[in-house]
Amino acid sequence: MLSFTIRRLLAAIPTLLLISLVIFLLVDLAPGSPLSDIPLTVPPEVRQKMLAAMGADQPVMVRYVLWLKQFFWIEPLYGIDALFGTDFAQGAQRIISWQSKVPVFQIIGERLPQTLTVVGTAYLIGVLIALPIGIYSAYRQYSWFDQAGTFFAMAGFSVPTFFTGNILILIFAVNLGWFPTIYDTNLTVTDWASMKAMLLQMALPVTVLALFNAAEISRYTRSSVLENLGQDYVRTARAKGMGEGKVLLKHVLRNSLIPVVTVIALGLPTVFGGAIVTEQIFKINGIGAALIGAINVSDLPTVQTITFIFAVLIVMFNLIADILYGILDPRIRYD
Amino acid sequence: MPDGAEPVLDVRGLKTIFRTRGGEIHAVNSVSFHLRPGELLGVVGESGSGKSVTMMSLIGLLPSPPAEVRAGEVLLGGRDLLKLSPRDLQAVRGAKVGFVFQDPMTSLNPVFNVGNQIMEPLIKHMGMTKAQAETRAAELLALVGIPDAKKRLKSYPHQFSGGMRQRVMIAIALACDPDVLIADEPTTALDVTIQAQIIELIKELRQKLGMAIVWITHDLGVIAGIADRVMVMYGGQVVEQAPVRALFANPQHPYTRALLKTVPSLTGERAARLEVIEGQPPLLSGVPVACPFRARCAHAHDRCDAENPVRRAVDGKPVGQGHDVACHWSPEVANG
Repeated sequence: MLSFTIRRLLAAIPTLLLISLVIFLLVDLAPGSPLSDIPLTVPPEVRQKMLAAMGADQPVMVRYVLWLKQFFWIEPLYGIDALFGTDFAQGAQRIISWQSKVPVFQIIGERLPQTLTVVGTAYLIGVLIALPIGIYSAYRQYSWFDQAGTFFAMAGFSVPTFFTGNILILIFAVNLGWFPTIYDTNLTVTDWASMKAMLLQMALPVTVLALFNAAEISRYTRSSVLENLGQDYVRTARAKGMGEGKVLLKHVLRNSLIPVVTVIALGLPTVFGGAIVTEQIFKINGIGAALIGAINVSDLPTVQTITFIFAVLIVMFNLIADILYGILDPRIRYD
Repeated sequence: MPDGAEPVLDVRGLKTIFRTRGGEIHAVNSVSFHLRPGELLGVVGESGSGKSVTMMSLIGLLPSPPAEVRAGEVLLGGRDLLKLSPRDLQAVRGAKVGFVFQDPMTSLNPVFNVGNQIMEPLIKHMGMTKAQAETRAAELLALVGIPDAKKRLKSYPHQFSGGMRQRVMIAIALACDPDVLIADEPTTALDVTIQAQIIELIKELRQKLGMAIVWITHDLGVIAGIADRVMVMYGGQVVEQAPVRALFANPQHPYTRALLKTVPSLTGERAARLEVIEGQPPLLSGVPVACPFRARCAHAHDRCDAENPVRRAVDGKPVGQGHDVACHWSPEVANG
């Protein structure tokens, strides 16, 4: 298992390099200039100087290699410095946002907690409600519970989050006034009152995203459990006199989780990126909002860096899914 | 009882139906049989004759719905299993009645090691601790002829061959020292040399442990070699029942006779073609009012269409005790 993990990690390096190159070139091809916001009255030679100051006048390959060095070498050094108070980086050039002129990783560091609290919580809740619903729906196939579960899953999966989000805002925030309409990023939890405010403002976005995630995962769980319930080993377990609880939650569940774990693990990176729309609706100042903002003003370093981080996450969770696979299913242990 | 011993398992008038969209399927129709201690009862019949469904009905292994056991008694140790609560029935399954299924490749749970799967019933029914169960599981594996048993407990089903997996299944079925072992075509999915090994193993275990066995099979050759008594099933009914020698020497039912003819012989003149029983097994929809075999029977007459034959004794002993047959026709009368 360990050698498998190491082999997979090494194999990920060329994959990630290729992805980074593709991202870099694609983003660079996009129309627009980092100076679109600058008034037209600024003379061309000044514009040229501004571009040179940002390094945007360099050929694309030079910028790419420079970015690689900054991403994989300089930024980690800054990370170590920040953690241990050392000074390895020695003031080397970081990846700087063209828009706000601050290091991109600093922006990420400010935005990530927002995304994690809201979207991460939503994903966790989604998984936690999807698994029991999926299992029970399959066990009592075609019961009213299953029918209701199917209905909500179809609704949750097919209605886009920007629609459910707006509907929920309209009903619960505007008409009923139970929840705030806008997520206040500056709110920090210090006491019970602020805790309550935090939970209240989290409620709507978390509900919207959890519903969406739960819909998908519960369907996968249901079909996987259904498939396994018909297997011969289930009959064997019953013939041994095992109780229904043990049959379902030990024998069937362990087998059913194998495909579901992949869906859950591969869905995790979307926690960071896929919630872009929801972050917009609820005005959550998260990483998705940062990405959208950067795209709008052709802030190439920010777009490239955030997109590449998503790519790293996807490759990483792929690996985690494979490892979990091996843990759950002895037939595909990689040794 | 003529043989003196009370039967360990006594099934009377068992009726099992399946509810389907197309109506009720009468899969098991008034099946009665008994099993004496240490006896091996062979159950033969073609696919769909109700052999497996009968045995699964006994201990509530059929999914309900669509299956429903509508009538009958299943007496095991003085209790009627059909009247037990699901929880009480669980305490019988695996403890008093062991089951070995046809396909060892799919009957074991692929994600748990075999030790775990053997220990489960030991912990549940015998109240053993994990350590005790592990010791016993290793003994059981050794008993069914798996070398290096203690180490193999940690192995997963995919690390065993088909024959070895069936041995593991037998170990699971025998774990709690059951009174009755039901072997549902335990050798059908195995290749011939492995079949012989498994049959030898069960013969040997029967001598050692003395449990009664119900052996379901298509293979009359196997039955001739190991069974004490044979029950022939057709269309969800028992059509003939006899001690093994009597059945092979003097088959009464046209279906039994036809079945015996289909067995290829190694000795004597080689027939040009293998014998077959022409026609299809019956659809079991609706309450059976006629003989299920009539459409394929060479001796069928008007009465066979009008009346479902009941089992009658052939050798003067009470029905079920000696040789009996459910047929309106009889070879003696036919031969004069």
